[in-house]
Amino acid sequence: MKIRLLDIAHARSGDKGDTANVGVIALEPRWYPLLERELTRDRVARHFAGAITGGVERYELPNLGALNFLLHGALGGGGTLSLKTDAQGKVFSTALLRLELDVPDAEARRLGLPGAGG
Amino acid sequence: MTRVVRVASGQGFWGDWLEAPRRQADGGPIDYLMLDYLAEVTMSILQKQKERDPSLGYARDFIGAMESVFAAVAQRGVRVVANAGGVNPVACAAAVREAARRAGVSEQIRIGIVTGDDLLPRIDALLAEGHALANMETGEPLSTIRDRVLSANAYLGAPPIVDALGRGANVVVTGRSTDTALTMAPLLYEFGWRLDDWDKLAAGIVAGHIIECGAQCSGGNCLYDWRTIPDLANIGYPIVEGHEDGSFVIYKHPNTGGRIDVHSVSEQLVYEMGDPHSYITPDVIADFTTIHLERAGADRVRVFGIRGRPPTDKLKVSIAYRAGFKALGTLVYAWPDALEKARLADRVLRERLDRLGLAFDAVHTEFLGASATHGALAGPAGDVPEVQLRIGVRGPDRKAVERFTREIAPLVLNGPPSVTGFAGGRPKTEEVVAYWPALVDKRVVTPAVTMDEP
Repeated sequence: MKIRLLDIAHARSGDKGDTANVGVIALEPRWYPLLERELTRDRVARHFAGAITGGVERYELPNLGALNFLLHGALGGGGTLSLKTDAQGKVFSTALLRLELDVPDAEARRLGLPGAGG
Repeated sequence: MTRVVRVASGQGFWGDWLEAPRRQADGGPIDYLMLDYLAEVTMSILQKQKERDPSLGYARDFIGAMESVFAAVAQRGVRVVANAGGVNPVACAAAVREAARRAGVSEQIRIGIVTGDDLLPRIDALLAEGHALANMETGEPLSTIRDRVLSANAYLGAPPIVDALGRGANVVVTGRSTDTALTMAPLLYEFGWRLDDWDKLAAGIVAGHIIECGAQCSGGNCLYDWRTIPDLANIGYPIVEGHEDGSFVIYKHPNTGGRIDVHSVSEQLVYEMGDPHSYITPDVIADFTTIHLERAGADRVRVFGIRGRPPTDKLKVSIAYRAGFKALGTLVYAWPDALEKARLADRVLRERLDRLGLAFDAVHTEFLGASATHGALAGPAGDVPEVQLRIGVRGPDRKAVERFTREIAPLVLNGPPSVTGFAGGRPKTEEVVAYWPALVDKRVVTPAVTMDEP
């Protein structure tokens, strides 16, 4: 089944030059391994294809149930050079939470994911 | 009872809530009030102000903040640590002194001034000695923009602040200190941690990172369960309750709004994060993958287990330079077909700019209400009530940018229909001051502390 990231994680984003960072945190600690497995660097790069000009890096923080993504070339030059409303990448957080993951039904039920029934 | 040191955050950037410093000083017992004023672009704004008036160049909000907490400092022993000095810490201290005189508390105020971060007068000498000051992101040497540099400041760490506290300062004013040092230094000073006790220094840095953005860790801008966060109008700013072993608790004063829990603190921990294994500061490298959080009561989160390692032999340098001009214009298009009308207006405007032969480095259009923040990820907007067309240009030629600002309003009469929202008049042309991050050898930077005593 499709699980929207918004329903299993929260997030905050910020900037460093022309790079946006998005920290994604599992709403329940037991959902973190699913994020670590499914929310790969490539998956996130595909999600933001066309919206960023550079690559994507991913770092894991299992201690916080979190993944940190760096989205390079995301901010139209960044800082004061940028002409974007979101020049500081503040709402890349919820843009990432629009992403949908494919999760096997049985696993979704076992983990008690929202909308999985159960 | 084991000894604790309480460091309260009263300001997360220049422009933050004017009420917060007083609320922290008066809302319950604290030992230190930490005020962070400097973002990456702030130094360049301050440098421009100093060029116009040599007695300026610091965060002027700080003077009002001090006036609101003088009683706590003069009578209750609260000490203030702030990077409000910007590019002119000496003038900032003089303004604090003057305010203290007006308030009749000058006898009780001992100001420590941290300087040595300003590299602007030394740039050519540094370049001549072989320090490239290359852009950390692009690798370009500073020589490509040397003649446009406005300010250059090394990020200083905690030791000069510790020195000022040791000399009896109850107000410490710095220039470009790291945000996190403002919190770590009081802990370092009070507990007498060694400068190579990496785990404890790293803990102080993490404490600083959590509270450096003010209420952003205590319920402000918090996505987790945001509807239920109580009483944001009365939000409590965060306080670090530090322990000698490096562990600490994040809490807020009683009878304040907002929320401090593992979720709110986690969101702040990942804010502006790079490689979590290496949060690099002048004093220590903190490993954010070693941080442990646990609930320690209502609106209390205990933070522990943090590991650190020795820093590099470099300091980061914040350089600001003139980078051309920009302007932003907006118009609002109403239902029906608001987005289609705004799109047509954008095409018309761009065609006119082309015909005028105006060249820009960047022309950027957004449709607020349809796709401005999430772009194509937002999906189809549908027939929304209104869309704001927002178009910006940036380039080296001020005249071209100014001509652009005169091409917006005509669209009201000679462009697509159902348009409004132009009452603000022509957009303003502003000079772009851009940020150039670089590294420099630590050994060439010498922090200094001077005392301004009654």
